[in-house]
Amino acid sequence: MTIDASALQAVLLTIVTASTPLLLAALGELVTERAGVLNLGVEGMMVMGAVAGFAVALTTGNPYLGVVAAALAGAALAAPFGFLTLNLVANQVATGLALTLLGLGLSGLIGEAFVGQPGVRLAKLHIPGLSDLPFVGPLLFGQDLLVYLSIALAVAVWRFLFASRAGLVLRAVGDNHASAHALGYSVVRVRWAAVLFGGALAGLGGGYLSLAYTPQWIENMTAGRGWIALALVVFSSWRPGRLVIGAYLFGAVTILGFFVQGLGVGVPAQLLSALPYLVTVVALVAISRRRGRGDAAPACLGKSFVPDR
Amino acid sequence: MRIELEKRAERSKTLAWASPVIAVLATMVTGGLIFAALGKPPLAALWVFFVEPFASLWSLEELVVKATPLILIGVGLSVAYRANVWNIGAEGQLTAGALLGSTVPILFNAWNTPATLLAMLVLGAIGGMLWALIPAVLKIKAGANEILVSLMLVYVAQLLLDWLVRGPWRDPHGYNFPKSVAFENWQTMPTIGEGRLNLGIFIAVLIAVVLAVVMRRTIKGYEVRVMGEAPRAGRFAGFSADRMVLFSFLLSGGLAGLAGVIEVASTVGQLQPNISPGYGFTAIIVAFLGRLDPVGVVIAALMLAASYLGGEAAQIALGISDKAARVFQGVLLFWVLACDTLILYRPRLVRGPTAEAAR
Repeated sequence: MTIDASALQAVLLTIVTASTPLLLAALGELVTERAGVLNLGVEGMMVMGAVAGFAVALTTGNPYLGVVAAALAGAALAAPFGFLTLNLVANQVATGLALTLLGLGLSGLIGEAFVGQPGVRLAKLHIPGLSDLPFVGPLLFGQDLLVYLSIALAVAVWRFLFASRAGLVLRAVGDNHASAHALGYSVVRVRWAAVLFGGALAGLGGGYLSLAYTPQWIENMTAGRGWIALALVVFSSWRPGRLVIGAYLFGAVTILGFFVQGLGVGVPAQLLSALPYLVTVVALVAISRRRGRGDAAPACLGKSFVPDR
Repeated sequence: MRIELEKRAERSKTLAWASPVIAVLATMVTGGLIFAALGKPPLAALWVFFVEPFASLWSLEELVVKATPLILIGVGLSVAYRANVWNIGAEGQLTAGALLGSTVPILFNAWNTPATLLAMLVLGAIGGMLWALIPAVLKIKAGANEILVSLMLVYVAQLLLDWLVRGPWRDPHGYNFPKSVAFENWQTMPTIGEGRLNLGIFIAVLIAVVLAVVMRRTIKGYEVRVMGEAPRAGRFAGFSADRMVLFSFLLSGGLAGLAGVIEVASTVGQLQPNISPGYGFTAIIVAFLGRLDPVGVVIAALMLAASYLGGEAAQIALGISDKAARVFQGVLLFWVLACDTLILYRPRLVRGPTAEAAR
């Protein structure tokens, strides 16, 4: 069996599109968790981003407005989560689940009018000269805006967390909220910012699905990607660099599954569909077994903070 | 303007009772606003949604039928959550239970004895337990996050079901529909009266009562509460965190599996790709609305069952999308969690600068 260059290129291109939504959503959650907040509502925020992005792009005809709407919708859904867990110190696990259930329901309700409508696709950027290069051109220089944005955001988050004062404060809040509070930082305000950022990025990830991956609206179209993004954050040991690698590895495994199916190997389609979930479980087990020093979760992850006065 | 929380000297007993009621009322107000936003008459819609399910004998029967799986799963989850063990994959355990329980009618179709149904129920519970055992063991042996693993396995279980009913277990005389053979009457739950009411509700209530006694009156119940609230103290008392994870998953998974097999052996009557409208997830809301207490769960399950019925009725009567029911369920859980804060804290609206800025 020979695989020609164009087939390989097609596979690599699909891997990029499969990885980007995961990377975006997981990057947001990474920042949220670094601030000590566990938001299990990623799936809900993603699916809201997907429906909002689709709806706005379709009604305005402008996919970039759709991208903005997706981010806003994700952040808007994150707001009640922030209010409950940060201001009312509600249980983060339960509130995150509520957010997912609400997002799935609300997106279904909003999206009902859009089922079956052809969407607006986010254009691939064309850089004259560079994107015309053989093989690597379309791969590296012919992607859409969100692909570049996801990589740029990964670098920015890494710089922010480990080379900026604000990032240091955010990590301090996540690792020891009592000390951060004693030093005069507003734990609640830092966490609010992190939660809204996480929501916006989850929304972007969802928007990528309905604007670029498959430009249409299907109910529950995130299909568990929000949960996989949560697993990727654990897998990355809360480090942006490893998150990029993890997201792309994950995208690759998923796409290779479909590729194998395309070769006509006698494997049930359901088994290949189950592959991402099974891979997630295996990855979680592997990473949890061999967690090294400095790879631990933020110490205050999931813990509520009530300032004592 | 912001909110400051002041810790109460002791948890408010009045509010512990009142908070679920306040949450339900707040959900109704929110629901009314959503209906108004959808351009529907809010009061009429609320009536259809929340009152009519309780208003006729037929719908009361249907209410109980829908509450049955919610009670079974909800009581199991309430114990697990009390122990601070987060099984959110009950939907998958429900599916696994339905699958294993259905091996009897599908593979041993001719086996007609009084023990047939009992064997199905036992296998259903075992199926749920086995599926729940995976996240429990991975948590204990490898430290893998049980929330994520149990949730991933929901998708796997549903795909397994999908493959079986489209492949090896498809009814050969079923005109190629993705369905198994229809279960015979000795393979289904005995019904009570003319309608769909069946023995399942008695099993569910009985289990809820047993668990209420266990949680209130036995050492095991004490162990669950201690390990949930003060795991360090629990370890000094000789309780094992690992054993608690295992116990919580086996109990909640087994009950979800039982709910699954009861569902396919009563209202569904065969295996098909969709056997549950998300009972395993709705039961999470049931557990919290019931204040993680088995008796509270029974009441909460009736409430949530009503939301399914109300959703169907509102669709027929007023053309409101059946998705509205799911939105309500999510909103309800939000309000429940918000109101629960009131039990431990007294919120105050504060004007002016924050405490930090004032220092």
